[in-house]
Amino acid sequence: MSGLLVDDVSMTFELPAGGQVEALKNIKLDIKEGELISVLGPSGCGKTTLLNILAGFLAPTGGEIELNGDKVVGPSSERGMVFQQGALFEWMNVSKNIGFGPKMKGTPQSEIDARVTELLGIVGLQEFGQKMIYELSGGMQQRVALARCLANDPDVILMDEPLGALDALTREKMQSLVLDIWKKTGKTIILITHSVEEALLLGERLIVMAPRPGRIHKQYYLPFAELGVGADLREVKQHDDFGPKRDEILNMIWDMEEEIMGRTETA
Amino acid sequence: MAQELIDVLVTTFWMVLGIAGIFIIFLGVSGLVYLVWNFLNSKKDQMRGYGSLKTVTFGDESSVTANRVASVSGVVTVFLIWMVATGSSLLPFNVLPVPFVGDTQFEYTATNAAGDTDKATVKVRVNRFGDTTAEKLVAPETSDGFAKDDVVMVQERRAKLLRAQNNDDGGKEKGYRVTAIDGQAIDRNQTVEIANGTVLMTGAGSLQVRPYTGPTMEALYLPPPEQVWTRFLQLNAEGYQGVGLWENVMWSLIRVVLGFFLGCLFGIPLGFAMGLNSWLRGWFDPIVEFMRPVPPLALIPLVIIWFGIGEQGKVSLLFLAALWIMIIGARAGVSGVNISKVHAAYSLGATKPQLLSRVILPNSLPEIFTAARVAMGVCWGTVVAAELVAAEKGAGKMIIAASKFQLTDIVIIGIIIIGVIGFGIDVLMRIAENKLVPWKGRG
Ligand SMILES: Nc1ncnc2c1ncn2[C@@H]1O[C@H](COP(=O)(O)OP(=O)(O)OP(=O)(O)O)[C@@H](O)[C@H]1O
Ligand SMILES: [Mg+2]
Repeated sequence: MSGLLVDDVSMTFELPAGGQVEALKNIKLDIKEGELISVLGPSGCGKTTLLNILAGFLAPTGGEIELNGDKVVGPSSERGMVFQQGALFEWMNVSKNIGFGPKMKGTPQSEIDARVTELLGIVGLQEFGQKMIYELSGGMQQRVALARCLANDPDVILMDEPLGALDALTREKMQSLVLDIWKKTGKTIILITHSVEEALLLGERLIVMAPRPGRIHKQYYLPFAELGVGADLREVKQHDDFGPKRDEILNMIWDMEEEIMGRTETA
Repeated sequence: MAQELIDVLVTTFWMVLGIAGIFIIFLGVSGLVYLVWNFLNSKKDQMRGYGSLKTVTFGDESSVTANRVASVSGVVTVFLIWMVATGSSLLPFNVLPVPFVGDTQFEYTATNAAGDTDKATVKVRVNRFGDTTAEKLVAPETSDGFAKDDVVMVQERRAKLLRAQNNDDGGKEKGYRVTAIDGQAIDRNQTVEIANGTVLMTGAGSLQVRPYTGPTMEALYLPPPEQVWTRFLQLNAEGYQGVGLWENVMWSLIRVVLGFFLGCLFGIPLGFAMGLNSWLRGWFDPIVEFMRPVPPLALIPLVIIWFGIGEQGKVSLLFLAALWIMIIGARAGVSGVNISKVHAAYSLGATKPQLLSRVILPNSLPEIFTAARVAMGVCWGTVVAAELVAAEKGAGKMIIAASKFQLTDIVIIGIIIIGVIGFGIDVLMRIAENKLVPWKGRG
């Protein structure tokens, strides 16, 4: 079968000082090929942990992940990752960063060059191939990270708050870019965010997680991502359903945060 | 024990005063130059550059840059103080009184055993230091009384003992004494002034004639700049003790480069191994942590016992000096790699060897360069110290050999060259760093 299957995954961390943290408990997800999923939840609810398990950086203490029927046992180029920041290689220029994955696989240089040129076009950095990473702005760096991930042609793209460090305007442009790429490449994309609006815009399916133990609280199937492809995202936000959904989810997360705060105060 | 400690503390107290005095002079000159510079500059337009628009500068470290005028004047001042203190002939006039050279004389009054008094003249000729061609003074044959005239030849800044009564009639009898110098009464262990000098009567009744020395420093302690320069030209042409000046320096450098190279060759892979593998980190950790704080200089005696004073010992010592620094630098470089870079590389399909060569190695280069700069500095200091202890050639060997013959000028030349080369090494390392790791600090 094709797609990504999260089969009853649990993750319990043993704390060095004794005691345990149930970062994830019995997570079940069936993700179809080409789905665009956003994950939302209060801080500490296990979003990063889930993504790290999906990427293969962590082995879950219970359950397993299957991609296209094969069990995930470690990191691999079929599951690409885009980090918030600091994951680009400063000692390489933009082109070399993007061509890193193919190069590791021993792809001929001419093919790499062609692929890099194409990707520079897709992310709108045609002129910047020879620049060093530290010469780019934060938004440009995230485009490079996206292009680097795409260069490997992964089946699934995992993003942990990829736009978290960007200013509002750049962020909006990048959201459009993510939608474009999703539509053009038909990749499965799982994106973690702290912004409710972003989760609504960039999720065909929006997963809200709750903490202690980390679990799936609620899932929404939304039309906004499809509407947003090639359109002005500000118009999408004017959609009749957008505002009510945003308020509903905001309240939900707000309640969870309040519950956590209350609990730590009485503890 | 307690007494020794008190002595040390007292000495330290006097040192504090001395150091403070030197600083105050130096800062005073600095203040004067600053006032002059400010006065000259006050008419010019000061509004230049972004920095001049800042209103908060005190406490803002980034707005403090080394003032080049101050740097140049500071160095010039050091040279000026050096020249003044040594009475250098480069100065157009003598700021401090110079030591007396030339002829002077004094008169002594003697009382013989019978109680009669008489006077005689002592002619003093003070030669320039090292001047062997000076004409000898001859004592006059004729003299009327029982006290006879004397002559004294003495070198600049030196004292000479004269037993004035030796040539006097009855001078060896008991009760014959010198009672006054130039009309001033004198007794044993007393000093009186004469023209251009002093006379001290020793406990045995001899006269110690000391021409005026003045406050300038003697070349034995601190030679004036021109003497150092002349010596430098001579060293440059002839070398010292059969070894050329630059040959000495080259030998020191060769040892440093070899030792440093060996240190890198073994230290960097070891540091990587310690950063990548728990077993190897555990295995080497105690050794590295123990050896790191041992100053390389403390190893010199052991190295001499093991290897003798040959090149092998020196290179081994420098290897040890560089090794721990490079290990720790490389290890820090590995641990400093951002985990998302490692994750990203694996997600992009990198294998372990590829991760090592394409991510870990380049990522740790900045740390390795920092360590290399420190190691080079330590090696350079260590090689000089090792050569001071035992060596056949080298910058340190040259200065220790020269110091045994009190050739202070050579010692100073050696120190200046060692300083300049140490500085040059650091500058070169920094240039290499900027060329090879331009992303340093911009991660
Ligand atoms: N290596 C670890 N050892 C122990 N506990 C951990 C570890 N990693 C995560 N945790 C715990 O697991 C829980 C989930 O952490 P995680 O980082 O996945 O949260 P998150 O949802 O990504 O939070 P944020 O939104 O702040 O990034 C937290 O309570 C955290 O303290
Ligand atoms: Mg997180």
